[in-house]
Amino acid sequence: MSRKIAVQIDDLTVAYNYKPVLWDIDLSIPEGVLMAIVGPNGAGKSTLIKSILDIIKPIAGSVKIYGKPYKKQRALVAYVPQKGSVDWDFPTTAFDVVMMGTYGSLGWIKRPGQKEKKAALEALEKVGMLSFRNRQISQLSGGQQQRVFLARALVQNAAIYFMDEPFQGVDATTEKAIINILKALRKAGKTVIVVHHDLQTVPEYFDWVTFLNVKKIATGPVKDIFNDDNLTKTYGINYKVALNQHPSP
Amino acid sequence: MRLYEYIELVFTDYTLRTITLGTAVLGAICGMLGSFAVLRKQSLLGDAISHAALPGIAIAFLITETKNSNAFLLGALISGLIGSFWIRGIITKTKLKSDTALGLILSLFFGFGMLLLTYIQKMPNANQAGLENYLFGQAATLLASDVWMMAIITGICFCVLLLFWKELKLSVFDADYAKTLGFNTQFLDILITAFIVIAIVLGLQTVGVVLMSAMLLAPAAAARQWTNSLAIMITLAAIFGATSGVVGTAISATHEHLSTGPVIVLIAAVFVGISFIASPSRGLLFREIRFRKNRNDLQLHKTLSFMYNIAKDHEDITHPHAIKILNNFQGFTKRSLQKLEDKNYVSIQGTMWSLTPEGYQTAANLYNQLSHINDE
Ligand SMILES: Nc1ncnc2c1ncn2[C@@H]1O[C@H](COP(=O)(O)OP(=O)(O)OP(=O)(O)O)[C@@H](O)[C@H]1O
Ligand SMILES: [Mg+2]
Repeated sequence: MSRKIAVQIDDLTVAYNYKPVLWDIDLSIPEGVLMAIVGPNGAGKSTLIKSILDIIKPIAGSVKIYGKPYKKQRALVAYVPQKGSVDWDFPTTAFDVVMMGTYGSLGWIKRPGQKEKKAALEALEKVGMLSFRNRQISQLSGGQQQRVFLARALVQNAAIYFMDEPFQGVDATTEKAIINILKALRKAGKTVIVVHHDLQTVPEYFDWVTFLNVKKIATGPVKDIFNDDNLTKTYGINYKVALNQHPSP
Repeated sequence: MRLYEYIELVFTDYTLRTITLGTAVLGAICGMLGSFAVLRKQSLLGDAISHAALPGIAIAFLITETKNSNAFLLGALISGLIGSFWIRGIITKTKLKSDTALGLILSLFFGFGMLLLTYIQKMPNANQAGLENYLFGQAATLLASDVWMMAIITGICFCVLLLFWKELKLSVFDADYAKTLGFNTQFLDILITAFIVIAIVLGLQTVGVVLMSAMLLAPAAAARQWTNSLAIMITLAAIFGATSGVVGTAISATHEHLSTGPVIVLIAAVFVGISFIASPSRGLLFREIRFRKNRNDLQLHKTLSFMYNIAKDHEDITHPHAIKILNNFQGFTKRSLQKLEDKNYVSIQGTMWSLTPEGYQTAANLYNQLSHINDE
């Protein structure tokens, strides 16, 4: 396949306090895929995203976004953190949080203006949260908070989106709404990388998948590599519990 | 003394005016910066820094051998900064939790400071008197030059907050995200910590090492209760802090044997108490009132929809029914029936009730809403 490579990771090793969390990861993510990162709790999925985004310094290895280090390519990348990573009792509104997505392109000191406000309102509209724009964020439900985070990333108008469990704690309707937004992004030529826990929906939602458990187990098109073999290698022999299926006799 | 007499005194008496202005400015800067400490969940940081400042004051005295409040300030600033950067270092370099690191630095520096203080006390130097004032503060020693210094630093702090407003807000709310957007969160962290250290050092002379962190946190904790906007929270915290300073000074100036620092902190604590009870959105009082009201409304709705279920099977919806049939229903009380009548949803004739058309309509709407929710 002669697709362009959006994200290229080589020999990436990350540790917190000497304990390796990611071990020698090589991964190339082609442009325009909607990719799931799957793996058990503590597999290092969040850590992988954080090291790609330069939040965590790896011990070794390199990450390239369209051939250049992340520092040079910030404008191309948007991030949806795991929802639990912030304090939702912070005194601010949904609109304000979405506005934060425009801060990167504004840079230091400059204040957001009309253009940024319009973009934020549009993003809120896209995720169906326009009527909640003035709501204090602690008074949003978990799914609504998740949508606010998604809107904040949409405002960044990036080429590559990294999302850490965007479906966590959302109901079926919201999940459908979010996946439709992600599919629309892919259709617009963007690359979307999603940490995902529900193995059952992987074939339906995604076209690309990476199995991760400290090491990279496999990566590629869902239809080629989403199989028992890789699932067992990632989750252990009991992975079918995670699939909510009974093992076939 | 009457209030207006006191106010007149504030404007005419030089010392009192200096102290009032000083404590007001101090309250304001503590409120502003305390908001960040509260939101960053660093309530212990203020305590650690103020205690860490003590050895700096003692060393400054040992070096200069005179009682010079500027030298003390500098000493306090240096050891406060050293303490706070050691805390940062311990947290990032080791596995220790942040409260452990804070407690460690607090006791280490404070112990060392007390050691130096006892040593100084034994020195045959007449100037030594007054160092222990830094433990509980002594507002009376404030000079006009001290107040000018506080005012200028407060002004600078205010400008810095305005300048880096969006960056500070973002990095306090979501530091990782701020990093991905290319903001240097370490710089912002150091900036705000440095200002907190400066505010604490400024307050040591007035409020003292022991109570300083209360001065920092109380106005901000009170302000948080009243608003959901960061800008308003910081403004309110500054106002609460300044008011505590002015009122505290007034109370201690008009009463014998009440030192200013502790009174100011007590006034700030009163703000906290009132705010935690009476704030409309987060206060305990209104929460209880809202809870009761919701419960009562729900009970009414339950009774009404029960009536609706009975009435809708009749051709004439206003057909009267016996009150008795409601008695076994859990949402029903005499009072709720009375309330429904007050709202003109039912009419009561003797032992019979009937829905009014209005009541029927309301109940029908409720019913539809409820079943709609269940559908989703
Ligand atoms: N700040 C940290 N300090 C020390 N260890 C950490 C830290 N963050 C994560 N870890 C450890 O690193 C490992 C990987 O964590 P990570 O958050 O990347 O997992 P994950 O795959 O995202 O898990 P989950 O599905 O629970 O979100 C875990 O064992 C975790 O305990
Ligand atoms: Mg994770």
